Amino acid sequence: MILLKPSFLYRLLMNKWSIDRGASAFLAVLAGLSASLLVLVVIFLGKESWPVLSHGGWHMFLSGSGWYPLEGQFGLTPMILASLAMMAGAIILAVPFGLAGAIFVRFYAPPVLAGTYKAMMALLAGIPSVVFGLWGLTVLVPLIGQIQPPGSSLLAAILILALMILPTVALTSFAALEAIPHNILNGAQALGMTRKGQILFVAVPAARASIIGGILLAMARALGETMAVLMVAGNVVQNPDSLFTSVRALTANIALEMAYANDLHRASLFASGLFLTALVFLLSWLASYSSKDVRHG
Amino acid sequence: MKTRLFLLIAGFLTVLSGSSAIAGENKLVLTGSSTVAPLALEIAKRLEKENPGIRVDVQTGGSSRGINDARMGLADVGMVSRALKPEESDLTPYTIAMDGIGMIVHKSNPVQKLSDEQIKDIYTGAIENWKDAGGTDMPITVVNKAEGRSTLELFLHHFSLKNSEIKADVVIGDNQQGIKTVSGNLGSIGYVSIGTAEYEEQHGTPIRLLPMEGIPATGENVQKETFPLSRQLNLVVKNTPSPLARKFIKYAQSKDVHDLIEAQFFVPLADE
Repeated sequence: MILLKPSFLYRLLMNKWSIDRGASAFLAVLAGLSASLLVLVVIFLGKESWPVLSHGGWHMFLSGSGWYPLEGQFGLTPMILASLAMMAGAIILAVPFGLAGAIFVRFYAPPVLAGTYKAMMALLAGIPSVVFGLWGLTVLVPLIGQIQPPGSSLLAAILILALMILPTVALTSFAALEAIPHNILNGAQALGMTRKGQILFVAVPAARASIIGGILLAMARALGETMAVLMVAGNVVQNPDSLFTSVRALTANIALEMAYANDLHRASLFASGLFLTALVFLLSWLASYSSKDVRHG
Repeated sequence: MKTRLFLLIAGFLTVLSGSSAIAGENKLVLTGSSTVAPLALEIAKRLEKENPGIRVDVQTGGSSRGINDARMGLADVGMVSRALKPEESDLTPYTIAMDGIGMIVHKSNPVQKLSDEQIKDIYTGAIENWKDAGGTDMPITVVNKAEGRSTLELFLHHFSLKNSEIKADVVIGDNQQGIKTVSGNLGSIGYVSIGTAEYEEQHGTPIRLLPMEGIPATGENVQKETFPLSRQLNLVVKNTPSPLARKFIKYAQSKDVHDLIEAQFFVPLADE
């Protein structure tokens, strides 16, 4: 009876040791739920793509016959190449500009300019991808079309993706440069190095791990982008022979066809989704591996 | 601290109860053809105004999505811009309007008409420059629809082509994407719903409908059944429709929405 007395229960449950353990148990459950969500997604992808993967069907993904699912042909190679080409092109454009912007803001810009630039980058990062796609379709594609029809092309996709991942690269590089311990920079200055020397040969190498981590995350985002790419890349399943060919990314393919795909076609789409997920996992793992290298002080 | 917790829980429950008031019998979901979608949206808006408390959601995704979603119960009503095939007899169609499929080019393109042979040659890549089709020296940008769209299926059927024979330069999904692509590219050619194209021409978009087999691509000709490539616009349901779906379909087939159908440049059916 005494066990149910309110004041007893209160002291039993509301002391700092119980609260701590209770809180940690609660947080552990939440963390476990989020992690299990990821595992469930991967299991679901595997289950749905099993019909095509189990019979060694993935051979047909690599066949050169093209993607005509309603006629039984599931050649994924042109789309894999297109997705990789878009990601590579976007990174080649975004990294120099992003890194340069971060260096400028960290070392050269007056505070007002630095604040404005950071705000603009954050704003650019927040624009929905479909808005980029709309702008690309109505402005960029006709512009490219005047140089070389059709306009909807690999180049358009690369430019849009570069715009989208630029803030990621710039902001993570900036955070990395800011996190360098001041004594390293002070030491470089004390040794009489030029500003340029300090930045290029001391600061950037010191922040190298986090910058690379940011770049890898930007690559993962470029790989996974669907809507904008669907609207500007042209969506023709062919190899990306030149910058001006119309191509279809794996993500855009899933978006275009998932709504009505049945059986083997559907399983193929899920298999391509599994492939993309595996690529993104690889990039994220590399990102965390490289930042483990971070040594300070 | 305790009052904050209480307010948080109270607010949460209010939001939950609010959203559940809309779910259930008062919400209708239509998915499918991007041709039917604008019309369905207008009908839905009018129905919502006359019956406050109903919510109607319209999503595109292609006629095949409409069929699939209606079959699997993901949507209450599917929108399909063609007649149903024999293997789709588990669904019941309700025709609400007629429409045609016309070829569109950029407004500045001097070509006034194309024969069926020329259209086939352009789409299979046999003709690659407008000068071989009666126009100026400009490469042709062929715009094709993605698989799963009924507009593509009807186009292929009419011209006896297979999708693997078409050499497209751009593949688009919705009608609107097709129109934006053709209006942004001087040398392009595509095919879209006549209703959508006439509507856009009327609103100043730089595209032009070409006649097919010499017959101008207008809603009038679709109504007179003289236009060669015409199709039904259908709402499909599986088994019996829910009361709200039945209300929507009845309204969509009634005379009250003829002005909406004509505003979209589709053709209302003859008197019921």
